[in-house]
Amino acid sequence: MAGVAVSTTINGDSVEYLCQPDETLLDVLRDRLGLTGAKEGCGTGDCGACSIILDDRLVCSCLVLGAEAEGRRVETVEGMAHGDRLHPLQQKFLEHAALQCGICTPGFLIAAKDLLAKNPDPTEEEIRFGLAGNLCRCTGYDKIVRAVQDAANVMKGA
Amino acid sequence: MNFDPRYSGRNFSSVGTRPIRPDGVDKVTGRARYGADFNMAGQLVGRVLRSPHAHAKITKIDTSKAEKLPGVKAVITAADLPDLTDGDASMYDVLDNCMARGKVLYDGHAVAAVAAVDARTARQALKLIEVYYEILPHVTDVDEAMKHAAPLINDAIFTEGLEEKPVKPSNVTKRSQFGHGDVHQGFGHADFIVERSFKTEQTHQGYIEPHACVANVSSDGTADLWVCTQGHFVYRQHCAQLLGLEASKLRVTSSEIGGGFGGKTHVWAEPVALALSRKAGRPVKLVMTREEVFRASGPTSATSIDVKIGARKDGTITAAEATLRYTSGPYAGMWAELGAMTAFACYKLDNVKTVGYEVLVNRPKTAAYRAPSAPMAAFAVESAVDELAKEIGIDPVEFRIKNAAQEGTRASYGPVYGPIGIGPTLEAAKHHPHMKAPLAKNQGRGMACGFWFNFGGQTCTDLNIGMDGTVSLAVGTVDVGGSRASLSLVAAEELGIDYSHVKAIVADTSSLGYNDMTDGSRGTFSSSMATISAARNAIKVLRDRAAQMWDIPVDDVIWENGQAIAKGEKYGNLSPLSLKEIAAQSGKTGGPIAGHSELVADGAGVSFATHICDIEVDPETGATRVLRYTVIQDAGKAVHPTYVEGQYQGGAAQGIGWALNEEYIYGKDGRLQNAGFLDYRIPVCSDLPMIDTQILEIPNPNHPYGVRGVGETSIVPPLAAIANAVSNAVGVRMTHIPMSPPRILAALEAEG
Amino acid sequence: MVEVTLWGSLGTAAGGKNKVDVEAKDIRELFRKLGEQYPGLEPWIDRGIAVSIDGVIYRDTWSKELPQGAEIFLLPRLAGG
Repeated sequence: MAGVAVSTTINGDSVEYLCQPDETLLDVLRDRLGLTGAKEGCGTGDCGACSIILDDRLVCSCLVLGAEAEGRRVETVEGMAHGDRLHPLQQKFLEHAALQCGICTPGFLIAAKDLLAKNPDPTEEEIRFGLAGNLCRCTGYDKIVRAVQDAANVMKGA
Repeated sequence: MNFDPRYSGRNFSSVGTRPIRPDGVDKVTGRARYGADFNMAGQLVGRVLRSPHAHAKITKIDTSKAEKLPGVKAVITAADLPDLTDGDASMYDVLDNCMARGKVLYDGHAVAAVAAVDARTARQALKLIEVYYEILPHVTDVDEAMKHAAPLINDAIFTEGLEEKPVKPSNVTKRSQFGHGDVHQGFGHADFIVERSFKTEQTHQGYIEPHACVANVSSDGTADLWVCTQGHFVYRQHCAQLLGLEASKLRVTSSEIGGGFGGKTHVWAEPVALALSRKAGRPVKLVMTREEVFRASGPTSATSIDVKIGARKDGTITAAEATLRYTSGPYAGMWAELGAMTAFACYKLDNVKTVGYEVLVNRPKTAAYRAPSAPMAAFAVESAVDELAKEIGIDPVEFRIKNAAQEGTRASYGPVYGPIGIGPTLEAAKHHPHMKAPLAKNQGRGMACGFWFNFGGQTCTDLNIGMDGTVSLAVGTVDVGGSRASLSLVAAEELGIDYSHVKAIVADTSSLGYNDMTDGSRGTFSSSMATISAARNAIKVLRDRAAQMWDIPVDDVIWENGQAIAKGEKYGNLSPLSLKEIAAQSGKTGGPIAGHSELVADGAGVSFATHICDIEVDPETGATRVLRYTVIQDAGKAVHPTYVEGQYQGGAAQGIGWALNEEYIYGKDGRLQNAGFLDYRIPVCSDLPMIDTQILEIPNPNHPYGVRGVGETSIVPPLAAIANAVSNAVGVRMTHIPMSPPRILAALEAEG
Repeated sequence: MVEVTLWGSLGTAAGGKNKVDVEAKDIRELFRKLGEQYPGLEPWIDRGIAVSIDGVIYRDTWSKELPQGAEIFLLPRLAGG
């Protein structure tokens, strides 16, 4: 199968790659570009571990083709921190121990970033429904919700 | 072992604080490397062909077409994994489970595997492998499998543990029995007796990270394995045994692990990946799909349990009896035995008897799942206890307090308890504000208790002090939820230095001595014991070096608050030497400073919890919402309380999913119908409330800091606590887990 | 001499006894003598048995001493999550 040439922007950088027409964006990120922050937990869009932001929209990168990134903007967990300064969500996830094994964490951080961009002052219920597309098996979500609440407060003050 | 593990009260400075974990930044920036995040140069993609049948003879496998496909570098079947288990029956089962030998025993059983240059070629190759099956009758239900007419899964199995040797083969591999006293007599003294039958469905551990590994076998017999596992040393032993490799030449590195909960305690795909690599002469990466994870890894037992409990009018239990039937997949297990041991462990009983039956079925090989077997037994027993309390007319908490086991009680599984926490968790529940909160229509409150043993086991750690005075700690238990943070705290505590100067890592199998599996809630318990021991050994060296620096006898040097102090008035002018100062001179005083420890951590100390929950049932749909949830559990000593809370909350959430939603659904054809997260629904964020926790600290006498394992017990009470709450809300006793909307509606309709 | 209690299934293998007396000073000697006195127990011992001494469970510790008058209880070796 002939490869597809793609020009896109990932975490603010221009990136070009060749991928197969049936290759998912998740596989491109992980296997071709070495961005393994997004995880494959299911490959069917059920777990949210591969969450990325594509042109301001939260998507499961396992349900997007690599070819579809042409000319668009991709944000992954690797682009959240500024240099050695963590994003407030990253900092609050650490402080609240909102991760145990950490495999779902990149997806939660991206989903929470998208949530707070659209709703900077969410209620607990809005956080819970906003993050309902991301599965965590370790924490029972309690500390994740608290970390997002705390990050929202910090970001409002910033 | 000259290490004294006994508890001695002390004032902690590091232990009990809540610092950020040392592996945290990597995990929030996407840099942490899990099983599938590692690659080797020239690596191939491995894929496994699985049986579409629940039970069938393999009459022929033709791999010739697949082998000819360009890009395919190796195809293997059971013939490439010859039996080297030398009569070790349980390892033979592991081998057979890795790759079917003559017969497939469940939907999803591996029959062949390929390694190819890319995933697409590997997938194509699987389609070209021709497997000829002769389909056999199958059985997936636990009660059906026990019937005389049931299809036999293994005709070489004769039930063990019967008084008379059986003459016919059976799907029941073992009968086990526990208890003491005379239950018949005990029931004779009862004023009230509750007798009920319960069922629970099979669930999966549901870790978000699928099994993944990268294997590389060289022609000189050395090999490397990168893998997500709860025990890389055990994986090394098992893979070496199954592949005929020398253990010391197989280096296994434990990746970050994306959840295990017992499901990553034995090998599935790893021997297959190694065999593929050996045949192809190149590294092979093998990652399971989610569907494969459900069909072929995990799960826990499905069960059928009968419980009978009798009590006097005053609320004293006079006798308790249970028969427990647990599926173990198509291979022998000890799951019902664990259920039989734990069922009544919370109570002080003069007359108790439990009998367990291990039952073969055409389902995946049962693996441990967090306090394996205990949640189902607790569901049955705690439901019956609640019902009995109601019949007697006594408050369910008071009833449990009256009958709770205490120090000196003979446990239902045999030994006499030391200091334990069941009574205190119940007292805490009784006085918890949650118990007095108002309830509205269609809402119900339930509570239940749970027990788990906790393990110790073989443990090895190395503690090395750098010349700058910082400490690296290499441990061999896997960090499944913050243990590098807690072990760093323990090292800092013992040495008397700041947490920030300790860095803990999980060492690979070639860098550290053997460690048992990270299971049985043993990670922090065992490795903290070994870390304390290693630190004390390092302190001996530090004192010796300080003595050299001062040129005084070592017996005059003591270690206090992270520094060496010369004891005695004659040394009045000597100012203390800090760890950093001693480390800086180590090159001149005898070389590197280190402390090592190899020990068997025993005396893990049993663990108890009491949970309270409020739920609301929608009578129209049968759907249940959890409104409020409280976990009260004894931690012995919480080393890093935030991560202890995390264990309590996570176990409760898994138990809630088990109670309300999760189940393996098999069709009449014996095939799994819901092998994905859409249809096997684990709790999502919007399903749950905040989960409140209360940590009790009743020191474990067999650990220097009083630590008990905390990881597993939290999954034991939820099934029963929610069943009791739902039963209280709808006025019908729920006896079948999960209490999915159709089951609740059916129960309501049956009641009319 | 220590009195050793066997759990139900192990008792069946020891010919229906649930308590046996053994002259043993540590876990290693206990296992050796149990195997000699009750050959039916040998396969169980090979597969692994845990020993509870006054309520504390020991696994692979042959050298562990059995104090006089201690409560010795044999249990199956456990699996965990």
